[in-house]
Amino acid sequence: MILLDRVTKTYRKVPTPALDRISSHVEPKEFVIVVGQSGAGKSTLLKLLTREERPTSGKIIVGGIDYDKLKDKDIPMLRRKIGVVFQDFKLLPNRTVFENVAFALEIVGATNQEIRATVPKVLEIVNLRGKENRMPMELSGGERQRVAIARAIVRQPKILIADEPTGNLDPKHAWDVIKVLEKINRFGTTVLLTTHNQEIVNKLKRRVVTIQHGQIISDKARAEYTL
Amino acid sequence: MNRKLVTLTRIVNAGLINFVRNAWLAIAAMAVMIITLTIVLFSVITNATFSHTIAQITERIDVSVYLKDSIDEAQGRAFAEKLQSQPNVERVTYLSKEQALERYREQNANNPEVLNAINETDNPLPATIQIKPRDLDKVEDIRTFLNQPENAELWEDVSYRDDRKEAIDRIAHATNLLQRAGLAAVVVFAVISMLIIFNTIQMAIFNRRDELTIMRLLGATTWYIRGPFVVETVIYGILSAIISVVIINAMFVAASSALQATSLGLLDINYSAEYFRGHFWQLLTMQLVLGILIGAVSSIIATRRYLKFKTS
Repeated sequence: MILLDRVTKTYRKVPTPALDRISSHVEPKEFVIVVGQSGAGKSTLLKLLTREERPTSGKIIVGGIDYDKLKDKDIPMLRRKIGVVFQDFKLLPNRTVFENVAFALEIVGATNQEIRATVPKVLEIVNLRGKENRMPMELSGGERQRVAIARAIVRQPKILIADEPTGNLDPKHAWDVIKVLEKINRFGTTVLLTTHNQEIVNKLKRRVVTIQHGQIISDKARAEYTL
Repeated sequence: MNRKLVTLTRIVNAGLINFVRNAWLAIAAMAVMIITLTIVLFSVITNATFSHTIAQITERIDVSVYLKDSIDEAQGRAFAEKLQSQPNVERVTYLSKEQALERYREQNANNPEVLNAINETDNPLPATIQIKPRDLDKVEDIRTFLNQPENAELWEDVSYRDDRKEAIDRIAHATNLLQRAGLAAVVVFAVISMLIIFNTIQMAIFNRRDELTIMRLLGATTWYIRGPFVVETVIYGILSAIISVVIINAMFVAASSALQATSLGLLDINYSAEYFRGHFWQLLTMQLVLGILIGAVSSIIATRRYLKFKTS
């Protein structure tokens, strides 16, 4: 599903590379946790996957798409296949919960009927039924993040990338979010989660890839937090 | 419903909403656009009017070549044909001595003294070739041709009815000046209005940058994001075009009714008004096309830099 082959990313004016010859492979339907301290290169890795950044060298293939051959005009199509959840939610503040989720469908030209049929189902999955008409400001952090997840999965992507989705949440809400991610993974979506929450990593007992100074220092199945 | 149609509808709706939301900015952007388009329309109409006036005067201008009596009709007609083949000659009319006399009589039909004087003598009028020049600025060419030795011996005298030449020069000069001034003003105002629209759109983008970033990350295409801005500025263009036409129309109404004027200096207002009414739909279309073009181009440029994908 995701293939990285000696991927290096060096930012301009920064002497040491953010990612240094990273190679890895993620199978379909896998749940992978990427851990690493701030500045280790986690965010860079995710930005490379969503094509917000280009690698300096190396090969990236996601869902059969070779990024070397990807033209700028095809980037929107790529992003439609990948659901992304951000640490800061990135919800539209002046739109309701329903509208925020519908937004992802509007962009791809879904009809109003499709939107009315799909959005409630997805809000059901993230346990937000009944809050369709709330504004993001009226929700707790955990609820907002679940809106963001609903928005990320409403187009049924093959891959869901969650960048520190629990970073701004208290433990109880964080766990709500993680449970939703596990549920989505059970439905067959590949999930890539970055976090530095030790408790979550240890409880999940999933594959853990640890990044330090731009390199993968460990990659273990059903692992615990080791940093 | 077709997905493309759904998307198009959403883009147009978003554009309309933007237009209403940015009402004050829109007024500023449109004010300059209206000035630009009004100048364009005014220039076009005055140009057409001046061309018409020049054409009317030109029509009455000719060069008459009076042939020597020793030249017979065949020679005269041959010379006329030679003149006809000159590049600056629009058309040539050959009048034999008899025809010249006939015409003279007609012209002086109510002047019995002159007619009597003519009747008492042999036909004193020479055979005449009337030349209608194509371009009044190049009447010299015809003069040069006539003065070539083999031609000069055929005629006795040449008359240039150039009393109107001065008027034509003045109008031509005014037209030229107006064209240049009009073009310069149009360019200047078009640039200003594009810059203001540019600014308006940049401000709108700045206000909504979070939304646009999110759209980007969710995989909205460039045109899905850009479309509403283009729709918004195209609305500016359409409204400005219509308003400019209304302004010019009001000007004609005011000039012809309130001022009771039929001309302003060289400008024949009656003809201008007639031209405006006669070409109303063409002129309106021209204004719409220009307005839409100015609006669309400036918003496309304004959104271009923002919408570029990172390629670092």
